[in-house]
Amino acid sequence: MSAAPPPVIVGAGPAGVRAASVLVAAGLRPIVIDEAPASGGQIYRRAPAGFMRGAAVYGSEAAKATAIHRTFDSLVDRIDYRPQTTVWNLRPGRLYTVRDGVCDELTFGDIVLATGAMDRIVPIPGWTIPGVYALGGAQISLKAQGCVVGARTAFVGTGPLLWLVAYQYLKAGGTVAAVVDTTPFATKARQLFGLLRGGKTFINGLRYVATLRLKGVRITEGAIPVTIVGSTHVTALRWREASGREGSVDCDAVAIGFGLKPESQLADLAGVAMRWNDGQRVWEAARDRDGRTAVEGVYLAGDGSAIAGADAAEIDGALAAYALLADRRVTVPEAAVAELRTRRARLTRFREALDAAFPFPAALAAATADDTLVCRCEAVNAGELRAAARDLDAREVNRAKAFSRVGMGRCQGRVCGPVAVEILAAALGMPTQALGALRAQPPIKPLPMTAAVRLAAE
Amino acid sequence: MSTTTTDVAIIGGGGAGCATALHLAWRKARCVLLERGFVGGQASGVNYGGVRQQGRDPAELPIARRAREIWGRLPELIGTDCEFSVSGHLKLARDHAEEAELVAYAETAREYGIELRVIGRNAIRAEYPWLSDQVVAGSFCADDGQANPRLLCPALARAARRAGADIRENARVSDIARDGDGFVIRTADGNEVRSSILVNAAGAWGGEISARFGEPVPIETIAPNMAVTEPIPYFIKPNLGVCGGNVYCRQIPRGNVILGGGRGEADAVAMRARALPEITLAALRRAVALVPRLASATIIRTWTGIEGYLPDDIPVVGPSRTTPGLFHAFGFSGHGFAIGPAIGAIMSELVLDGRSTTPIGALTIDRFGGCDKVGELPDRARSRNH
Amino acid sequence: MSATPAQFRRVAETARPRVAITIDGAPASALAGDTVLTALLVNGRRVRHSDFGDGPRAGFCLMGACQDCWVWTEAGERLRACTTYVADGLAIRTTPEAP
Repeated sequence: MSAAPPPVIVGAGPAGVRAASVLVAAGLRPIVIDEAPASGGQIYRRAPAGFMRGAAVYGSEAAKATAIHRTFDSLVDRIDYRPQTTVWNLRPGRLYTVRDGVCDELTFGDIVLATGAMDRIVPIPGWTIPGVYALGGAQISLKAQGCVVGARTAFVGTGPLLWLVAYQYLKAGGTVAAVVDTTPFATKARQLFGLLRGGKTFINGLRYVATLRLKGVRITEGAIPVTIVGSTHVTALRWREASGREGSVDCDAVAIGFGLKPESQLADLAGVAMRWNDGQRVWEAARDRDGRTAVEGVYLAGDGSAIAGADAAEIDGALAAYALLADRRVTVPEAAVAELRTRRARLTRFREALDAAFPFPAALAAATADDTLVCRCEAVNAGELRAAARDLDAREVNRAKAFSRVGMGRCQGRVCGPVAVEILAAALGMPTQALGALRAQPPIKPLPMTAAVRLAAE
Repeated sequence: MSTTTTDVAIIGGGGAGCATALHLAWRKARCVLLERGFVGGQASGVNYGGVRQQGRDPAELPIARRAREIWGRLPELIGTDCEFSVSGHLKLARDHAEEAELVAYAETAREYGIELRVIGRNAIRAEYPWLSDQVVAGSFCADDGQANPRLLCPALARAARRAGADIRENARVSDIARDGDGFVIRTADGNEVRSSILVNAAGAWGGEISARFGEPVPIETIAPNMAVTEPIPYFIKPNLGVCGGNVYCRQIPRGNVILGGGRGEADAVAMRARALPEITLAALRRAVALVPRLASATIIRTWTGIEGYLPDDIPVVGPSRTTPGLFHAFGFSGHGFAIGPAIGAIMSELVLDGRSTTPIGALTIDRFGGCDKVGELPDRARSRNH
Repeated sequence: MSATPAQFRRVAETARPRVAITIDGAPASALAGDTVLTALLVNGRRVRHSDFGDGPRAGFCLMGACQDCWVWTEAGERLRACTTYVADGLAIRTTPEAP
């Protein structure tokens, strides 16, 4: 028996749940901290009490969602589960949380960070007008609130999620005004071979596209979004077709998404180095294939460290837990670990094909018009960012932050960070990764002063 | 690999170093500034941003007055105001002993030509209705203000470059040697700077350099623990401090309230500093106790940086006592930001004229008598604030 | 039919019990299980104003990441609308207390 404090898992999505499951099976009682009131993460987010649709809201992923929920429910008595708890700071061996408006702290030895992902955005003029939502958010609204984000919703961006959410809106009785994909059809077609590795996932994707077309939804590929029109709310979306022709559709909501990005702030605070993922053009926390980092006792799993989807996250969670156990000198089932690694490698190859099929439109981001807001928290526009780069010699993104306030607001650059580096890089003629990564600064989410006043009794 | 021969080499790109380069360049002296990271990367760039004369040790007051005059002219001097605003500085007393301290200090300040207005309990409530009942009195310096610390050093450095100074960032000094009457400074990137004069403006690391020339000082590494709120409606006009200094806050017109109090964690060797959550939480509680309305704001960021403190809380500014051609300006002990612009003027006078027009006699390095341990210090070099 | 145009439309799960709340002092209705954000946007098109005068905002990421939907209670507490659930009697303010 060891006197080590119990391992901590941050996040109860697919990665966190699988990690908890492996640790419990090994006889440990992990502390599972999650911001949501119920497990499942964003992808398998559970509806609040009193909702009737059940697993049907997860569509083709219903069986996986149910399995994750059941697994977690079976663990609840054997873990120290702390829902609705936000981690706002992390220092070596110590976590700082806020729950119900009260601050608390806890000591940890080993920690698995399974912090998930959020949408990746390219700002379109007008994107702060009421009625414009992140694509994943539009999906959550439907899944977990039974709401569509507008009476007529246009979908703009790129990636498999674009088509999936549009399809789900259609199925739920919503009106899909248009699907505007920035990726040309030919780019996707070139990845056909790699995409076939996705098997059922790929087939489902084709089905969504086919259904949308069949129902007469306006679809355009290889388009460039021009503007979202409106003042107090959205009234239209305009774009330029690949042919150069202007396109426009009346709508009162726009869902934007250009893939996902990791929520890596806690890993950053834990001292894990950030590395540049050139395929996804995003910074991610560095780890090995089992989720180990260069920081002793810190493990990463799921989309919070590298975007690869929910199936990969489940594997990651188990692998990270096994790595943690192995490092504690607990015997782990080698054959099972090897099989997980093989499955994970296959998913990585599928992900690489997806990344190539739906590339992040870096040039579009870099070309953000001077008067378009990049940072919605601090209201910093692209022109101000370019001025910081050119006139103030901001050749590093944290320097640009210091000078222009980009990424300095409530969200800490989660939304604007990937765009800001593309704009800076283009303005300075530097490779994007040479700008560096925005550093996380605690609190990683806003901390109400009232919570600081109300400390939990130790 | 290159060798540069210059008149003055400056080590350290904080406020003192950048302003020194600027003033030297204005007077046509050739100078090279070596900064290991980015200019303003530590204490000068990450501090609270107060620009005050009130509350300073009398030894610093003439410098603070000179600096204040420069702050007012920044736009004409360097082309930007660094968000400097003359908001006034209000220092608060929370008991009667502190009130007596404010009254006594106002007398001292008057001798230096600084007018402070002491405000009693009823008047302060009428003037600043958002202060809590904790406050029993205040002292207001209308001439003081605040500025954005992230902007000052880069702006000074840009102006210095325009005036002809050679400002080098990411140039870590790896070796300093005496060469005849001059100095040879080598940087980690393999370059070499030869100069007849050396200015040590190395902040928390200034003691390492002075010790190398036989002048150790008892310098301590400290990190001010800073936090900022989201933007909230603008209501705190003056820069606020308290007697004892355990909390301070200011609001900028765009709405954010910047506040600090206590010390974070600093490691000068590993070049790492972090705000400590326990210290942050304590500062937030003190801020809410002082200004209850802050309770409905959220904190969106905390930070810190590395700063050198000397035991009597005033810097070393002046010539070396062991080495002709060497000048020191370091150890600003948590309040160097506001006076940095004047330090440049003073250092340029010391270097080029052999004397400063602003009195700096109390800031001499030999006040520590060569001691680098606080326990062995002469009395005059111990803290006056405690 | 609501008199105020709504941003969000309910397409399912409408059989939940009603919850009485107020929005900037005006009585409004939500359903048990609604987030504060949903409650605001089935009753209107705005959650808050930009701090810098660039117009109204109505949330964005809907998953607790972008921090663009913080509102106040009448008592001065802060709530992130997209991750907080309504309760009977909740009194929401979409503007900060005037100084």
